[in-house]
Amino acid sequence: MKDHLGRPLVAVTGIGIVTPLAWGREANWQAVQAGRSGISRIRRFPVDKLRTTIAGTVELPEEAAGGEIVSSPVRVERMAAAAVEEALAQAALGEPGAFPGPLMVGMPPVEYEWPQRFELARKAKGDGSYRAATEAATGRRDLYETFLFGGVGERLAARFGTTGAPIALTTACATGASAIQMAVEAIQRGESDAAIALGADGSVQPEAVIRFSLLSALTARNEEPEKASRPFEKTRDGFVMSEGAAALVLESLEHARRRGATVLGIVSGCGERADSFHRTRSNPDGSAIIGAMRNAIADAGLQSSDIGYVNAHGTGTPENDKMETLGMRAVFGDAPPPISSNKSMIGHTLSAAGAIEAALSLLTIRDQVLPPTINHNEPDPAITLDVVPNVARKVSGLKHVLSNSFGFGGQNVCLVVSAAP
Amino acid sequence: MTRQDVVITGIGLVSSLGEGADAHWEVLSRPGAQPVLDEGAFAPYPVHPLPAMSFDAQIPKKGDQRQMEPWQRLGTYAAGLAIDQAGARGLVADMHLIVAAGGGERDIAVDEAVATALCDTPPAEAGPILNERLATDLRPTLFLAQLSNLLAGNISIVHGVTGSSRTFMGEEQAAADAVRIAAQRLAEGRGSIALVGGAYASQRWDLVLLYGAGGACWRGPFAPVSARGGAGGFVGGALGAFLVLETAGHAAARGARPLARLAGVATDAAHRRAGGGSAAAARALHERLGAPSGAGLGVLSGMTGVAEARAEEEAFLATLGGAAVRRTGSLLGHGVEATFPANVALGALALSRGGFYPAMDPADAGEGPVERVLVTGFGQWRGEALALLERAA
Repeated sequence: MKDHLGRPLVAVTGIGIVTPLAWGREANWQAVQAGRSGISRIRRFPVDKLRTTIAGTVELPEEAAGGEIVSSPVRVERMAAAAVEEALAQAALGEPGAFPGPLMVGMPPVEYEWPQRFELARKAKGDGSYRAATEAATGRRDLYETFLFGGVGERLAARFGTTGAPIALTTACATGASAIQMAVEAIQRGESDAAIALGADGSVQPEAVIRFSLLSALTARNEEPEKASRPFEKTRDGFVMSEGAAALVLESLEHARRRGATVLGIVSGCGERADSFHRTRSNPDGSAIIGAMRNAIADAGLQSSDIGYVNAHGTGTPENDKMETLGMRAVFGDAPPPISSNKSMIGHTLSAAGAIEAALSLLTIRDQVLPPTINHNEPDPAITLDVVPNVARKVSGLKHVLSNSFGFGGQNVCLVVSAAP
Repeated sequence: MTRQDVVITGIGLVSSLGEGADAHWEVLSRPGAQPVLDEGAFAPYPVHPLPAMSFDAQIPKKGDQRQMEPWQRLGTYAAGLAIDQAGARGLVADMHLIVAAGGGERDIAVDEAVATALCDTPPAEAGPILNERLATDLRPTLFLAQLSNLLAGNISIVHGVTGSSRTFMGEEQAAADAVRIAAQRLAEGRGSIALVGGAYASQRWDLVLLYGAGGACWRGPFAPVSARGGAGGFVGGALGAFLVLETAGHAAARGARPLARLAGVATDAAHRRAGGGSAAAARALHERLGAPSGAGLGVLSGMTGVAEARAEEEAFLATLGGAAVRRTGSLLGHGVEATFPANVALGALALSRGGFYPAMDPADAGEGPVERVLVTGFGQWRGEALALLERAA
């Protein structure tokens, strides 16, 4: 029940997933195995004059019924709550409203969006200045509590009755993996027997789309949305923004076994390494990516040859996939294991991606099926990897999966998830 | 797991009172220090402004400075001061980093112009115009200045800190948990040296708008935190505060002089604050830390001035006997994510100098000398946190 460093092994006993493909773990896993795309034309707001008009979006039931479009923190909280509910139902740990451990919330920074700005300016009789908006916002505790960075975590912690202060964190595109790492560390240090880790993002709103577009990070392959996300493929030209959430219930293996819980797998290693090269690009020598991958494998007490499959960061930007290939070859040498990108189907769920992909990695081991990288029509000669093109693959004996997450700002986190011992 | 002692070997501090540990000790260790205020620019909200400063000493490349706005520059600068004081320039490659961050700057002029132009336009019509204006008016680099995790990103780029990088979000609580987690990771052997802290740029309308909506900002002429009537409120203080934490063994092996021992950090978040909920949570944290009370204990309080939080904290402070309590917010202002690390820094500074600070607020009572320092952090909305510092061995 202890790992090679004498730390308690950390089991996963509950998984919840929300993505544009579906609300729910098994429905998502079915869609991913079938190679279905969740990317579509953005319907949430007018897309005229935008370079990119496609994304993966998660609609709330009341939005689908014609209600008002919610802001990012509200969407994040709702998806996160659904994912935690599903994970808790599977884990059957704790009482309703009383979970015996802390909450780690991977989420994006949130702020007033244009509907809030316009509303305040209208109230200020057409004066859009900050001074006027501040006066118009006096007494608006609703805005304050919605957009405080601690708001989402506080409400989720109160709802699920987690212990201590919830920790909300961001490491850009590695956020979801960082949240899992935080939970694993809390259990390893004996702070608690259990923890909830989640990653959630709901940033498909005009300004965020435009900002990523201005960084030249997004593909503008708008005509066939479901074919736009093309990780590792020769014609890839950017990522597709997306939304979603995943939650894991984690507990020490000992705790899980003692209460007779079904163990879905263990998080056996976490590795990280920051890059000091550039704000949006990796060091061309790949050292930080390679370091994070190696650290995760070493933290799990494994050799690189023990890894049977890699769940890629695989965003579909020309740069990321080239660098990830470099990292794969450096870590695994001439015989790298198969690697595939969930983002080819789901898009890039940003702060949620690391958590969703860790969750799918656990299901990959459970069912011994490698999810595909779809939209793989024209191989890129520079990508010398088996990317599980287009069709899921049945395997046997898969025990250890490496899940990569590399963030803007140079924050890289890799996780090793393993079959229950 | 064997737990190792964690010490503070470097502090980086920038506030409206000046920059650097020495400057802060000079001002704060003498009676009669006065707050530096700007009561006009954000009226009716007073702020403690950033002093005039050149960032070149810590951010030598102008290109790096251009990629940041004041918040990231302030934090990156303070982080560099901490690394310098620790004499840890050569250790940055394996230094771990946790930053407590708020949101970065927006382009105020663009926001105001677009809000004025489009607020009365029906949404269906406004949408396409908004898209066009944002696509033309927003500077691509500003997105990076705005992203919360890019303060950490800039610290990695400018100072070469690459052991790991995490950014916590959640106002005051995030900062306390950042210090707690950074220290715990060292104590349990995950690395030997870490950098942790935050920054707050007080002269920003977007922050006044956010915190003001919740009634958390003090309106009207300046008053010390204990003397703000009604619902109270905080006066934003420009603040950059970083700590270099290290295992005692690592510091000793390289001959670094610890400023203080970080004996423990404990945090909680009571969902019901008023009516004693928050004070009881803090009592429990005090017990968990095995912290002392009474004479010989100095308290550096992060009291914001928000009345509900203040009432809870006063109830907690009243249980500490004759401890010497200093409400630093009355001189430094409140720096949200920077305040907890700033008070830990001031605690380490006092212990390293063998002294303490005279009263900073009319309600401050108790006298030194102090052997140990307790730092409090009652968040403006949620969160209770304590840190206990001791004289280094």
